Amino acid sequence: MPLDHPQDLTIKDFKIVGQRPLRPDGIDKVTGRARFGADMNAPGMLVGRVLRSPHAHARIKSIDSAKAEALPGVKAVVTGADFGAVKDGLDDGMLDVLVNCMAQDKALYDGHAVAAVAAISQTVARQALKLIEVDYEVLPHVLDVDAAMQPDAPVLHEEAADESVPAGFSKNVVRRYEFGHGDVAKGFAEADRIVERRFKTEAAHQGYIEPHACLAAMGPDGQAELWVCTQGHYMVRNTCAALLGMDASQLRVTASEIGGGFGGKTTVFIEPLALALSRKAGRPVKMTMSREEVFRATGPTSSSSIDVKIGMTREGRITAASGELRYQGGAFPGSPVEFGAMSAFAAYDVENVKTVGWDVVANRPKQAAYRAPGAPMAAYAVESVIDELCKQFDLDPLSVRLKNAAVEGTTSSFGVTYGKIGLSATLEAARAHPHYSAALGPNQGRGLACGFWFNFGGETCVSLNVNADGTVGLSVGTPDIGGSRASMCQMAAEELGIAYDKVRTVVADTASLGYNDVTDGSRVTFASGLATIQAARDAIRKLCGRAARMWGIDEDAVIWEEGYAKPAGGNAGSFEPLSLAEIAAVSARTGGPIAGHTEVNADGAGQSFATHLVDSEVDPETGKVKILRYTVFQDAGKAIHPSYVEGQFQGGAVQGIGWALNEEYIYGEDGRLQNPGFLDYRVPVASDLPMIDTVIVEVPNPGHPYGVRGVGETSIVPPLAAIANSVSAAAAVRMTHLPMSPPRIRKAIEEAAGR
Amino acid sequence: MRYEAPRKLKRAVALLSAESGVARVLAGGTDLLVQLRSERIEPDLILDIKRIESMHAIAAERGGYRIGAAVSCAALGEHAGVKQLWPGVVEAATLIGSTQVQGRATMAGNLCNASPAADAAPALIAAGATVAIAGPGGRREVPAEAICLAPGRNALEKGEIVESLYLPARPERSGDAYLRLIPRSEMDIAVVSAGVSLSLDAAGRCSAARVALGAVAPRPLRVEAAAAALIGSDLDEAVLAVLAAACAAACDPIDDKRGTVEYRTEVAGVLAKRAAVIAQTRAGGAA
Ligand SMILES: Cc1cc2nc3c(=O)[nH]c(=O)nc-3n(C[C@H](O)[C@H](O)[C@H](O)COP(=O)(O)OP(=O)(O)OC[C@H]3O[C@@H](n4cnc5c(N)ncnc54)[C@H](O)[C@@H]3O)c2cc1C
Repeated sequence: MPLDHPQDLTIKDFKIVGQRPLRPDGIDKVTGRARFGADMNAPGMLVGRVLRSPHAHARIKSIDSAKAEALPGVKAVVTGADFGAVKDGLDDGMLDVLVNCMAQDKALYDGHAVAAVAAISQTVARQALKLIEVDYEVLPHVLDVDAAMQPDAPVLHEEAADESVPAGFSKNVVRRYEFGHGDVAKGFAEADRIVERRFKTEAAHQGYIEPHACLAAMGPDGQAELWVCTQGHYMVRNTCAALLGMDASQLRVTASEIGGGFGGKTTVFIEPLALALSRKAGRPVKMTMSREEVFRATGPTSSSSIDVKIGMTREGRITAASGELRYQGGAFPGSPVEFGAMSAFAAYDVENVKTVGWDVVANRPKQAAYRAPGAPMAAYAVESVIDELCKQFDLDPLSVRLKNAAVEGTTSSFGVTYGKIGLSATLEAARAHPHYSAALGPNQGRGLACGFWFNFGGETCVSLNVNADGTVGLSVGTPDIGGSRASMCQMAAEELGIAYDKVRTVVADTASLGYNDVTDGSRVTFASGLATIQAARDAIRKLCGRAARMWGIDEDAVIWEEGYAKPAGGNAGSFEPLSLAEIAAVSARTGGPIAGHTEVNADGAGQSFATHLVDSEVDPETGKVKILRYTVFQDAGKAIHPSYVEGQFQGGAVQGIGWALNEEYIYGEDGRLQNPGFLDYRVPVASDLPMIDTVIVEVPNPGHPYGVRGVGETSIVPPLAAIANSVSAAAAVRMTHLPMSPPRIRKAIEEAAGR
Repeated sequence: MRYEAPRKLKRAVALLSAESGVARVLAGGTDLLVQLRSERIEPDLILDIKRIESMHAIAAERGGYRIGAAVSCAALGEHAGVKQLWPGVVEAATLIGSTQVQGRATMAGNLCNASPAADAAPALIAAGATVAIAGPGGRREVPAEAICLAPGRNALEKGEIVESLYLPARPERSGDAYLRLIPRSEMDIAVVSAGVSLSLDAAGRCSAARVALGAVAPRPLRVEAAAAALIGSDLDEAVLAVLAAACAAACDPIDDKRGTVEYRTEVAGVLAKRAAVIAQTRAGGAA
């Protein structure tokens, strides 16, 4: 049956896919009805709060919570000791999550949780925190990635490094990765020119507007419910069950609406504490992080130090490329340096290429994913050096990239051979765009950069229920962080041949649907979309079966066309086509409810590439940058809902602008975070930005029935580089340290003038 | 925590004076509420002055304007008379925060909050504004530069409330301007700022000037040497260089999350030069 070969439907005259219907969650969100993490309440609910370490690195000699426990209104206090029973059974990764959620013998960063209380009010909880006595032995700390690698640096963990790290390194160096092919020495020998530079980027936070929040309720029988703002409630369930020593089946997790995540909500922080407090207190416990807690104790991205060396011929052909990437990922192993080292040169077809990545720990909060984790910094370093070589040879930066661009059949620097990809198409689109040839004024510069992201498929489970009134309920298990419910409705409606508003998509809780991976890796429109389409096809098969029964003919003799069951040709008999609604209306008499299901571990996600073009102006006397014009060209494979694809493009560009210009974690000498708030952690505000123009390029992904490629992450890969290239041109000095805040730019201009 | 919103200034002063615990005046609340929510302060009494009608008035007085302490920056920004007479002061008020913040924030609150980076302060100091203070011992009037003593500490005594600000009359051919450097375009705190007010004689030469800087010392600074450089000149390049040097010499900044000593010192001069040229243009002089 053709339905079993999704590729056959790749090129299709879409009716609903590609349109821009209103999102089903839109009205609730603009009227304030939508329920986010902190919007759920329960009878008898307590307030949970966390006591956090004021020290960047300290041994916890003792914790005395007796006074806090004696305070009227305090119902439970939890410390590291409360997790002692489960600790031994956890694998290293899970143990790190636990120790990050609640310090055990050491506080590893400013803001590290050391105790938590549940009390009848905010005021009592606040007083209780003040009554907990923690005896710290303050230890020397280290924050900078290069400093943490020094042999004499303060050591965070005695035994976190694995065998990939050669002998002689600081114990803070915990992993080494290497990728590449060819012979870089030979390649550099063939170059007409080689540029080698070191770059640094500071840690940035995802900056989601909604702080982490949850409501946990555990009964005396051990059955528990958790309402939580997260990108993946199955991950929350499995992690919390492990950390609390529960059966997964005893914990039902429901994902709230989410006010931004960007990767930062792909792990747990307060959730296990809320459950532990609820278990101890025997009452529901609500926990809400303050903005300060979000900055100090959730998962910003790595800061990095990167050396890149590229050799090029005077015609613009890259002969060899190498990179050494050092990322600190906070107090635990797991910085995204592996992805950085894999993706650094992934946009180019390079014969001789090698990257080495070093994962380093430092006294900062454990990093979490941030859109295309690890890639933006790597692209910044690589694209800056390419830009510099183009300038030195006086070559057009776009043509040089086109000349070296990875295409179908290119073996990437990380080993994969590409199928159909769209990098060249995005470059061609940029060249054809008026932005590329627009005039620039004094102190203005234009920057161009390309970016790549792997994209991911992963475990996905979907149910599609056909209701007796001809409507459809679709249950997915991937929290909607960018309009995915609208896209799912579109894909289901497209397959079934019914109207968009006849389909309602909900994000089901963990008890209602099989396991789903987290909403990450730009996977949802791809994987949940693919599963939705397959579930719809499963339902169609069943609808055809019911029609066959109604007509009294063979199941194989029924086909589905444009929303109707029809007899397959003359031999099948002559019957009036039956709509989905007509079949559904009598389903009770033809075999009961009709539903389609998919369980899949999806692969074939299809890489997405982008080219970004940006103009900026630098005030040479103050170093202040204004972004004048910005255009994103990205391959979406197939844009299911173009508005939300454009939204991802624009959001990636804007977060990149923040990271490139002003966002950074600033620490004092004492190792304490100086700017844990939006006043001094400077995300761009609306008036800082030009309209971000977008051009959707569509090179269909053969791995998806409609050709979808994920778009959520690639969009943040080129901006750091594109903006740095633009600002470097405008300021007439190469900017090698992000963010390019006004003082850094002034300093660079001054140093260049002094040379 | 007690909340009071009296209708009479006298009652407000009485309530404040009688409070034995920590008391805070509430104007727009755009500083106060942030401090409350972040648990930096836990006052026993919050005294809201917005119900006191006289505090909302902008009144012409002796050729200048008296501005009630509860007048929002947005209201000030829409007052044609003040805008015409003191455009630099109004531009400072309407730089604060954002449109929403300006709907609440007051200039008096900005001064009383005593941040060295407060935007209204340099403009008011350059303007020679005075501040009327009501207290248990009666009413006193002090220059704007006397309010901020150190970061977070103002010159008000127990029971005192700022009642109004006074912007004086000024001669013909006068202009003022305020500039600040923030890395973004709004919703930010000045890394460094400069206010300049000047008057020109019939020949276009500067006959009087006042220069003030923000965020370069523990309190907003009035820089008399910088003003002296302008007086008698027509603000040519050389004079502006002297102005910038005088500003740099007056700076006593810190390195912090918002900027370095070096950067603040350098950019203070740049902003003062630019503000002086704008003020000169507004006064009808050569640009
Ligand atoms: C988002 C945001 C952005 C901001 N941006 C800026 C900015 O760009 N520039 C800037 O300078 N500031 C900024 N601020 C700070 C603040 O808005 C200003 O300082 C504002 O002018 C304070 O005025 P208010 O009326 O809101 O003061 P309030 O918060 O009501 O009071 C501030 C302090 O002054 C005291 N006080 C107020 N009025 C009186 C009075 N009449 N007599 C005695 N004491 C009094 C209060 O007790 C309190 O201690 C910002 C604040 C926010 C929240």
